[in-house]
Amino acid sequence: MSSVSAEIPAHAKAVLAEVAPANLPRPELIGHRRDFAWITDKVCSIVEAKTPTWWWVAFSLACFVATFTVVGLVYLVSTGVGVWGHANPVNWAWDIVNFVFWIGIGHAGTLISAILCLFRQKWRTSINRAAEAMTIFAVVCAGLFPLFHVGRVWWAWWLFPLPNANAIWPQFRSPLLWDVFAVSTYATVSALFWYMGMIPDLATLRDRATSKIKQIAYGLFAMGWRGSNRHWQNYEMAYLLLAALSTPLVLSVHTIVSFDFAVSLLPGWHTTIFPPYFVAGAIFSGFGMVLTLMLPLRAIYKLDDLITQYHIDCMCKITLATGSIVGYAYAMEFFIAWYGANPYEGFAFINRAFGPYAWAYWIMISCNVITPQLFWFRKVRANTTLVWILSIFVNVGMWFERFVIIVTSLARDFLPSSWGYYSPSVVELFTFFGTFGVFSVLFLLFLRFLPLMAMAEIKAVSPQADPHAGHGDDHASAPDTLAAHH
Amino acid sequence: MSEHIHGYLAAFDSPADIMHAAERVRDAGFQRWDVHTPFPVHGMDSAMGLKRSRVQRFTLLGGIAGFTTGMLMIWYMNAADYPLVVGGKPFFSPMFAFPVSYELTILLASFGTLFGMFFFNRLPMHYHPVLKAVQWPRATDDRFFLAIDADDPKFDLVRTRTFLREIGGKDIAALEP
Repeated sequence: MSSVSAEIPAHAKAVLAEVAPANLPRPELIGHRRDFAWITDKVCSIVEAKTPTWWWVAFSLACFVATFTVVGLVYLVSTGVGVWGHANPVNWAWDIVNFVFWIGIGHAGTLISAILCLFRQKWRTSINRAAEAMTIFAVVCAGLFPLFHVGRVWWAWWLFPLPNANAIWPQFRSPLLWDVFAVSTYATVSALFWYMGMIPDLATLRDRATSKIKQIAYGLFAMGWRGSNRHWQNYEMAYLLLAALSTPLVLSVHTIVSFDFAVSLLPGWHTTIFPPYFVAGAIFSGFGMVLTLMLPLRAIYKLDDLITQYHIDCMCKITLATGSIVGYAYAMEFFIAWYGANPYEGFAFINRAFGPYAWAYWIMISCNVITPQLFWFRKVRANTTLVWILSIFVNVGMWFERFVIIVTSLARDFLPSSWGYYSPSVVELFTFFGTFGVFSVLFLLFLRFLPLMAMAEIKAVSPQADPHAGHGDDHASAPDTLAAHH
Repeated sequence: MSEHIHGYLAAFDSPADIMHAAERVRDAGFQRWDVHTPFPVHGMDSAMGLKRSRVQRFTLLGGIAGFTTGMLMIWYMNAADYPLVVGGKPFFSPMFAFPVSYELTILLASFGTLFGMFFFNRLPMHYHPVLKAVQWPRATDDRFFLAIDADDPKFDLVRTRTFLREIGGKDIAALEP
């Protein structure tokens, strides 16, 4: 501490002595002061070790579940879109619910990789790679639904501005078309960001490869990366720029998804609160999924030193914050429905809470409003099993949120004569169920072949990476104080 | 003599060591040299005397290209080539064209950034002499390396080796071209 106090001027010292600031310990990002080689070994061993038995079991199960989607879609295409439970007045149902659900999940990955990067949240380094993988695989699952909902999937390319036999172009005033651009841009940019972040770690795997095939495969994608500082300089700039580009992108994607509803005239959809409300909900659901995925992986691969209690606390707190925004939005929707004095709008919300879909509404409220509030308690956050169970509730709740918004609004709109009640068909049910298999297959493959954690980034935020550390023993005696870090 | 080797590679054990060594190499006036580290070492850019990265130029170009493409494409498709009447509204307005142009701005700016990074780094480059060094694998793991190229005007087969040892370099090896 001597070197630190030497820089403080005398008058400030007097103030400090009077105030006696608390010595706030900065939480450790890496447990047990693990060194660089340990981090490399730990992360690489996940890929390099012999395929564990549980992986084969999980992979087989995931493949089996994924066949439900495959069979469901083949049946749909060969028979017609009528095999889904859609009928007037509910022509958007599970397909769009599932689309919004999956795309929302992806948002946490981008939040972690981009927004937390801009906010210099160093804890993101342990989870960003897996969360970004989750984003891409979730977008894959999301994309399936609108793609097949068009009915004749072989004409889905008409969504893109390509010359076709009708000599007519897409209608660019439609939010549905904006959505095509938003989601495809999101998928592409997320993949670019994910890949670029992986280049240094692929080089590590290349340099550790024990067989020629692995060396060539990893080497090919590592692009000949050699950790040159002249490269790191451009790389870090590119990383920062991609984070700065992904931030407005991720906010725009769910904003545009919400435009699909908000730009219509339907009571319950036609509200200006939708964009921020959808974005918060997306991040909320995404963090639910990140916790659902990372906590078991932490236990299986014994990653406690890389995903510490501090990381779990941070994730729980973001879930709490976004969950509270979502709860506030629910309340505000009701308030505006009353304050706006539009009888149709008022009815739409009373109908949500007390109409035929009240069961879905109250599942949504209990999962999304009550569950996250438990994260206020340190004891809850410290109980990993409980956090995992609560994260499942978040996932369920957010699926029901989309169901409530989409289906209840459509089922009872302006004219009571055209009211209806929608129930999914078994084909829809299986198709959605199968997407969890599709997601798991992709995630398990990622786990097996690619570095689960951003090794280079974790090393860069570890205490021993600071070139100014070790200039004297004073740092070693008080390494965790805020004063020593600044 | 110096044509027979690509240069020298010296190892260092900590970020602080390599940083001090880099400062010495910079001050000695070498130009064709580099530092290889498993992660970006904070402050190394100024220790090496590097100028600011130029990747953002490609980002800007990509962004401008994306926005222009979006606006022109939508104007051409919905107002020029096949004017589309929707609700009696104007055939073109930057308002409805904005969301798609915005997404294209981000899309092309991101491609610009990635390819800009590759361009300025001269990557992919799957062959490089340092990758063949015996001690290399630890450069992407836990060790820090400094390489001085033989084609540097100040390079000398004997003196550069001594210099690397003086600044704390370990396991100094000559790199085959």
